[in-house]
Amino acid sequence: MASNGGDASSIIREIERLKTEKSDIESRISILQAQLNETQIGPNGCDLSSLSPSSSPLPSRYDAASEHGLTPDMIHRYSRHLLLPSFGVDAQSRLLKSSILVVGAGGLGSPALLYLAACGVGRLGIVDNDVVELNNMHRQIIHTEAYIGQSKVKSAAAACRAINSTVELVEHREALLATNALDIVSKYDVVIDATDNAPSRYMINDCCVVLGKPLVSGAAVGLEGQLTVYNHNGGPCYRCLFPTPPPTTACQRCSDSGVLGVVPGVIGCLQALEAIKVASAIGEPLCERMLLFDALAARIRIVKIRGRSLQCDVCGENATLTRQLFQDFDYEKFTQTPVSSMTRPKLNLLPENARISTKEYKERVLNGEPHVLVDVRPSHHYKITALPKSLNIPLSSLEGQLPMISSALQELQEGNNLGSGSHPSLYVVCRRGNDSQRAVQYLHKMGFASARDIIGGLESWAQDADPNFPTY
Amino acid sequence: MHLTIEFGGGLELLCQSVKIHHVDVDMKPGEDKLAMRDLLSWVQTNLIKERPEMFMKDDHVRPGVLVLINDCDWELSGQLDTLLEEKDVIVFISTLHGG
Ligand SMILES: [Zn+2]
Repeated sequence: MASNGGDASSIIREIERLKTEKSDIESRISILQAQLNETQIGPNGCDLSSLSPSSSPLPSRYDAASEHGLTPDMIHRYSRHLLLPSFGVDAQSRLLKSSILVVGAGGLGSPALLYLAACGVGRLGIVDNDVVELNNMHRQIIHTEAYIGQSKVKSAAAACRAINSTVELVEHREALLATNALDIVSKYDVVIDATDNAPSRYMINDCCVVLGKPLVSGAAVGLEGQLTVYNHNGGPCYRCLFPTPPPTTACQRCSDSGVLGVVPGVIGCLQALEAIKVASAIGEPLCERMLLFDALAARIRIVKIRGRSLQCDVCGENATLTRQLFQDFDYEKFTQTPVSSMTRPKLNLLPENARISTKEYKERVLNGEPHVLVDVRPSHHYKITALPKSLNIPLSSLEGQLPMISSALQELQEGNNLGSGSHPSLYVVCRRGNDSQRAVQYLHKMGFASARDIIGGLESWAQDADPNFPTY
Repeated sequence: MHLTIEFGGGLELLCQSVKIHHVDVDMKPGEDKLAMRDLLSWVQTNLIKERPEMFMKDDHVRPGVLVLINDCDWELSGQLDTLLEEKDVIVFISTLHGG
C-alpha cells in the first residue's frame, strides 16, 4: 500500500473538497427554500397572487387565516401544538413572533436548537466560535461528521434550516464577550445559556440583567445536570444565588471530568421547553426554583431557591451596573478562569533541567536508555491509553507508593548492571504536563533528585512523537 | 438526631464518592436543637475525607455551593442559624458550569 500513499492523500483531499462543496450547496438550497416559502407560491406550484379574489369562488386562504396570522402551511406544520388547549393558536402565534438566542452550540445547545427550530420560534440566534470536533459528536447531536473542522454555528444553522426553513436563523460566528454581548443579546427576547464555563455564565447573567432579558440557564457535567430560569417574573439572577465565584478547582469541565452524552441532552431539551414557555407566555416557568438531575440515581428533584436579593451586586437595590461598567468588566479575572479551555495557562513549576521534551524522550527510548516511566494520571485515564511499560501511580496516591518507584529503579539498576556511578532515569508523564510537574516537584522533595517531567504530557506525545497515539 | 445528608455536583468526591449519608449526630449536652452552623463543622469533621477547603471557607460553605434543607434553599430558613429537626434532609450541591 506504501506505493499508493500519494493516491490516498489526494483522494482524501478530494473528499474534503467535495464535502465542503456539498455543505455549501446544502446551505444555498436551504436559503433558497426559505425564500421560496416566503413568496406566495403554494406547494402545488399555483401562484396565489395571480388569482384575483373575485375570480375565485372561495375566499383566499390568507383571508381565512388572517385572524391569527397563521398560513395554511403553518397550521399544518404546527397542528399538534394548535390542538393543545393549553397552547393553541395564541401561544403558537406568540412563539412565531418571538426571538431566542442560544449561546453555545454544544451539548446543551444541540437539542435546544433542534427543538426551537422545529417548534417555530420566529428568529433563532446561535453564538459560538468553536469548530466541530470528533470528540463532540457523542453529545452534540446537532452536528454531523461532514462538519468536523467547520464552524459549529454554520453546522447548527444548516441542521436547523433542514428541519424548518421558515425560521429565521442568525449566525453569530464569534465568542460572546462583554464587548459584543449587549449588541447581540439586545436583538432577542429570551436567552439560553448553553455555555461551558464560569466567566461566560456570569457575563451572560449580567448582560441579561442590564437588558432585562429572561435567562434560561442549564449546565451538565458527568452524570448530573441543573436548570433554572433567572431574571424573570421578579425572580433572582445568577449572582443573587452565587455572588462570589467558586474557586477554579471547583469548576469541572466536560473535557476533564467527562460527561455522558445524553445528560446535557436532557437538560438542553428542558432549556428549550422553558424558553418556549417564556416566549409564548404559558405555564409556570422555573423561576425561584432549580431542577437537579441525577442520571445515575434516576432522580429529578425540583428545589425552592431564594428570591431576588436586595444586596445583589447587579440586580439588587443598590446595584450600579451600567452598560459601560458591564462592557469594561473583566469576567475572566473575576472568576480566575479563562473562557476557553484552550487558553488555560501552562504551569511552569520546574527548572529546565528537570524537564524533557517528548521528542527527546522518544530518542532515549529508541536508544534503549534504562528508565522508569511513572504515569500519574487517575487509573480510569490510564485504562484509556498509556505508553508501553509505564507504571501507573495516580498523583493522589503518590505519597504512599514511593517504595514502588524505589524498587522499580533498584530492579533496573541490577538488571542492567549499572555501576554505582550511573542510575536509571526516572520520568513522569500525565495527560497535559501539569500534574507531572507537581509530581516531580514532590519526588525531588522526597529524594528522587533525578525525576524529570515529560513536557506537555501524552497530548504532546501524540502531537510530536507518535501521531497514532490516541488522544481523548 | 437522625439526618440524611447528601452531596452532589461533584462534592461527593470529597467523601469517597458517596452521595447519600444517613447519619446520627450527637447533640451537645443539655441541648435538643441542632443549628446548621454546628452541622457544618460536624460534616467537615466526620464526612469530608479530602480537600476540606473545597467544602468550607471561613466557617461557611465555600462559594458555589448551594445548601438545601428539605428541598429549600437555606437562605429561606436562616442559613447558619437554621435549626434542624429529626429526619431533616440536607443537600450540599456544587453549581455546575459545564455543557
Ligand atoms: Zn441578582
